[in-house]
Amino acid sequence: MEPILAVQDLSVRIAGLHILQGVSFTVAPTGVTVLLGRNGVGKTTTLRALVGLTPRNGEVRGTVRMQTQTLLGQPTHRLVRGGLGYVPEDRCVFAGLTVAENLRLAERRGSTAAYDRVFALFPELQRRSRQRAGSLSGGQQQMLAIGRVLINDNRLLLVDEPTKGLAPKVVTEVAEVLARVAESVPVLLVEQNLAVVRRLARDAVVLAAGQVAWTGDAQRLLAETELTRSLLGVGSAEGHHTAPGSSHTAPGSHHAAPGSHHAAPGSGRKDGH
Amino acid sequence: MTEVKSPEVTAPAAAVPSEPAGWSRLRPFLPLVVLAVALILPYSTLHLPGIFEGALNSPGTLQLLAVCLVFGGLAAGYDLLFGRTGMLSFGHALYFAAGVYGTDILITRVGLPLWQAAPLAIVGGIILAGLVGAVALRTVGIAFAMVTLAFAQVGAILVARDFGGLTGGEEGLPLDVAGVPSGLVGVANTVNLYWLALAYLVVVVFVVHRVSNSPTGRVLAGVRDDERRIGVLGLDPYRFKLVAFTLAGGLAAAGGVVYCLIVGGASPHITSSELTLSLLVMVVLGGPGTRWGPVLGGILYMYLDHRLISVGSSGAIDALPAFLSRPLSQPLFVLGTVFILAVYFFPGGLASLAPRLALLRNALRLGPRRES
Amino acid sequence: MDAVILLTLTGLGLAALYFLVASGLSLVFGLADVLNFAHGLFLGVGAYATWWAAGNLPGAGSDGFGFVVAVAFGVAAGTLMAVLVELVLIRPLYSRTIEQVLVTVGLSLAGVALLQATWGADARPFPRPEWTRQVTTILGAQVPNGGLLLIVAAVLVLAAILAFLQWTRYGLIIRAGVENREMVTALGIDVRKAFTLVFAIGGAAAALAGALGSVYFGTVSPQQGGSLLIFAFIVVVIGGMGSVVGSAYAAVAVGLLQQFVNYYGTSGLGDICVVALLAVVLLLRPQGIAGKVATA
Repeated sequence: MEPILAVQDLSVRIAGLHILQGVSFTVAPTGVTVLLGRNGVGKTTTLRALVGLTPRNGEVRGTVRMQTQTLLGQPTHRLVRGGLGYVPEDRCVFAGLTVAENLRLAERRGSTAAYDRVFALFPELQRRSRQRAGSLSGGQQQMLAIGRVLINDNRLLLVDEPTKGLAPKVVTEVAEVLARVAESVPVLLVEQNLAVVRRLARDAVVLAAGQVAWTGDAQRLLAETELTRSLLGVGSAEGHHTAPGSSHTAPGSHHAAPGSHHAAPGSGRKDGH
Repeated sequence: MTEVKSPEVTAPAAAVPSEPAGWSRLRPFLPLVVLAVALILPYSTLHLPGIFEGALNSPGTLQLLAVCLVFGGLAAGYDLLFGRTGMLSFGHALYFAAGVYGTDILITRVGLPLWQAAPLAIVGGIILAGLVGAVALRTVGIAFAMVTLAFAQVGAILVARDFGGLTGGEEGLPLDVAGVPSGLVGVANTVNLYWLALAYLVVVVFVVHRVSNSPTGRVLAGVRDDERRIGVLGLDPYRFKLVAFTLAGGLAAAGGVVYCLIVGGASPHITSSELTLSLLVMVVLGGPGTRWGPVLGGILYMYLDHRLISVGSSGAIDALPAFLSRPLSQPLFVLGTVFILAVYFFPGGLASLAPRLALLRNALRLGPRRES
Repeated sequence: MDAVILLTLTGLGLAALYFLVASGLSLVFGLADVLNFAHGLFLGVGAYATWWAAGNLPGAGSDGFGFVVAVAFGVAAGTLMAVLVELVLIRPLYSRTIEQVLVTVGLSLAGVALLQATWGADARPFPRPEWTRQVTTILGAQVPNGGLLLIVAAVLVLAAILAFLQWTRYGLIIRAGVENREMVTALGIDVRKAFTLVFAIGGAAAALAGALGSVYFGTVSPQQGGSLLIFAFIVVVIGGMGSVVGSAYAAVAVGLLQQFVNYYGTSGLGDICVVALLAVVLLLRPQGIAGKVATA
C-alpha cells in the first residue's frame, strides 16, 4: 500500500541547534504509526515541522509528501485545511472559551461539521458544551482537543502525547478513543506510555540523536525487551528487566545505521498480527 | 550544544570575502586613523560648503560636532542594551536626562563645583538605572519596553512640572557658569568641549567593547539569542541584564554631563520619549550589535537632524512644490522614513553596507574574469 | 461634594479617552504581539480628518448632522490608515516582533512630522457643536458636555466591541487568537485576516478618540496622540494585554486617580501616581487585572 505520508531527509535546526538531522520514514495509510524515542530527541519537533509550526528562528529542510501534496513551506492553516489534523502536546484547548466555542472555532465554511461523529465518541462534550474549557479535567480537555480535530474530515492525524499527565483510568479511555479513531483515519502518534503503544501501534519509528534509529513492527519492538531498552532507555510495559550494561547492538535486522535514509519502512509488518 | 555565541558572530563584517591586501592590513588601524583625524580637526580652517556652515574650527561647527560625538557615544551605550543584550528599553532618555539635569541642578541650584557635581550626577544616574531596572526587568520583551517607557515618563513629568522649582519647567534651566572651570565656558573654548565629547565617545566605545568581549558580554549575547539557554546553564539572566541596564544607564548619565556643558544648560525636550526613540533609530540605522555601527548611526543622525532643518529652509527645497517641500523640511519625516526603509532593506544598518559593497566590488571584479 | 462629582465625571471623561485608545492597542497587542507606536498617529489622523471635513467636505459641518458626518469621515480616515499600515508595513514582517515595533516607531515619528508639515506645529481651534461647549448640571456639579460625550461614546464602543467579540465568528477567532495564536492556525484558520480586523477596530476607536478628544479640548495639534499614547500603554499593561474589559477597568482607575490626585495634590503628582500604580500591579500581578501574562 502507498504510504499516506513520506518524510525524506527532514532536518530541523532551531537557534543554531541541530534537532533533526536527516530523518526519513513513512506512515502507513491505515492504523497507528507511533513515533518513539527518549525525551528531547525531537519527536515533537518532527510533528511541528510536518504541520508548519517550526519557530521563526528555526530552519527546516527535506521533503515531506502527503500522497501527492508537498507539505514543507506551506502555511499551517492551509495544511490543516488540506486534511492534516494536529492535536498538540499539552492539549492547547482555549481555556477562556466554552467547549461549544472551541468546537465551533474548528468549523469550516463549505464543509459540514461532523458534530454527530464527535459527540458519538465524546458524549461528555455535549453535556458540558456551555462550560469553559479551562475548567474541564485534563482528560476532558484531551477529548476536546481530539474532538476539535474530528469536526472535519482528515487524511492524516498527528497526535502528540495525548496521555501525558493523565490518570491511569483516563489514559485507557483516551487510548480506546484513539483506537476507534484510527479505524477510519491513519494516525501518526507520539507516545511515551508503552502500554498505550502496545494497545494502538502497528508500526514504530524510533528516533535517537536526531536520526531514525529503527523502524518496523511496533509489537515486535516491544516484544524484544533488549531492543526496547537500548532504544528507549526503558523496559517494556510488562516490566521485563535485563541486566544493565547490555550491548548496544540489539538483535533484529531493523537497526538502521544512523544517517541511512532507507530505513526499510514497514518491513516488519508482514509478520504482525 | 550549549555554546554561547559571541557578539562578533552576528557582525556581518566577519563575512567579508577576500579584500585587497593593503586594505586588510590597514583595516585594524582605521579607527586610530579616524581618531587622529578627529583630534587634529579643530586645528583645520578648512571650509566644506554645504556640509558645515563655517570653517571646521569655527565654534558653530565644533559645537555641532561635539553634540554628534556625544550622541555617537549615547547610541553605543544604548546598543549595549538593544543590540548586545536584546533588551528593548524605551526609557533611556531618563538616565541621560538624569545626567543633564543632575549636573545642572547641582551646579546652578546647589552651587557645587563641576568636579563634585559631575560624579554625583553620574552616580545618581547609575542608582536610578539600578532601581528602575530592578522593577522593569521582572518583565521581558514588549512589556519591558512599556514599563521603561512609563518610568521615563515620570522623569519627563517631574521636569516639566518643575517640582520644588528645581528644573525650570518648560523654560529649561541655563547652566550657571560660575561653578564650571573657565576653560569649558565661552564660545572661544568650544574646542575644549569638543575634546571632552570626543573623550566621552572613546570611553564609551572602550567600555562597551571590553564588556561585550568579557565573559559577562558572552552571557549577554546568550540572553539575546535565547534567554532560556542561559537559564539552563544555571546562570540567572535577571542579574546579568540588570548589570547591563545599570551600566548603560551610567554611560548615558555621563553623556548627559557632557551634553549639559556643551549646550550650557538643560531643556525639557531631552526627557521626552522621542529622544529614546531617536536613540533606537540611531542604533538600527547604524547596525545593532556592531562596534562602530551605533557610533556612526548616532553621529549621522544628529548631523542630519541639525542640517536638514537648514537644508529644509534652503532655496533648493523651497523650489519644489509644496507637497514635497513641506515634508522634506521636517527632519523627523525624512529620518523616520529612512528608518522604516532601513528596517526592511538594511536590517544590519550601515555596518552591513561595507561588506555588501565589498561583495559587490568582488563580484564586479571577478565577474568579467570568469567569463574570459 | 460638587467637586467630587465634577472630578469623578471629568476623570471618567479622561478614562473614556484612554479606553478608546487602549482598547485597540490591547487587542492588537494581544492578538498580533505588535506594540503599536503608530496608534497615536491614528488618533491624529482621525482628529485632523474630522477637522478638515468640518470645513471642506460637502454635507459636513461643525454642528448638528454635519458634525456627525465630519466625525464619521474622521473615523473612516483613521480606520483606512490603520488597515493600510497593517497590510503594507506590518504584514510583511509577520511574527518578527521587534522589527514590527521599529517600523511603528518610524511611522510615528514620520507621521507626526507629516501632520506638522501639513498643518503646522501649533494647536488649531477645533470646530465643534455649540452644545459641547456648555455644561450640564449633575447633582450640583457643572460638567462639560464634551466630557459627557466622550463617556457615552466610550461606553457604546465598549459594548460594541464586546458584542462583536462574543457573537461573531471573527470575534471568536480574535478571542481564541489572543489566548493561543498558533493553535488557531492549527485549526485551519488564516489568523492574519483577523490581524487586519483588529487594526481596523483599533484605528476606528483611536480616530474616534481623536475627534471627540479634540471636541473636549477645543483644539487639535500634531502631538496630541503621542502624549495620550503613553498613558494608554500604561492602561493596557495594567488592564492585561488582550483584554478589552481589563482595559476598561484600568482606564477608569487611571483616569480617576490622575484627576483626583492632580486636584487634591500637586499638579503632575497624579501622573506619577499612575506610574506607581503600574509598578505595583506589575510586582503583584504581572499579567495585569485580566488577560495573558505580559511577557511576550
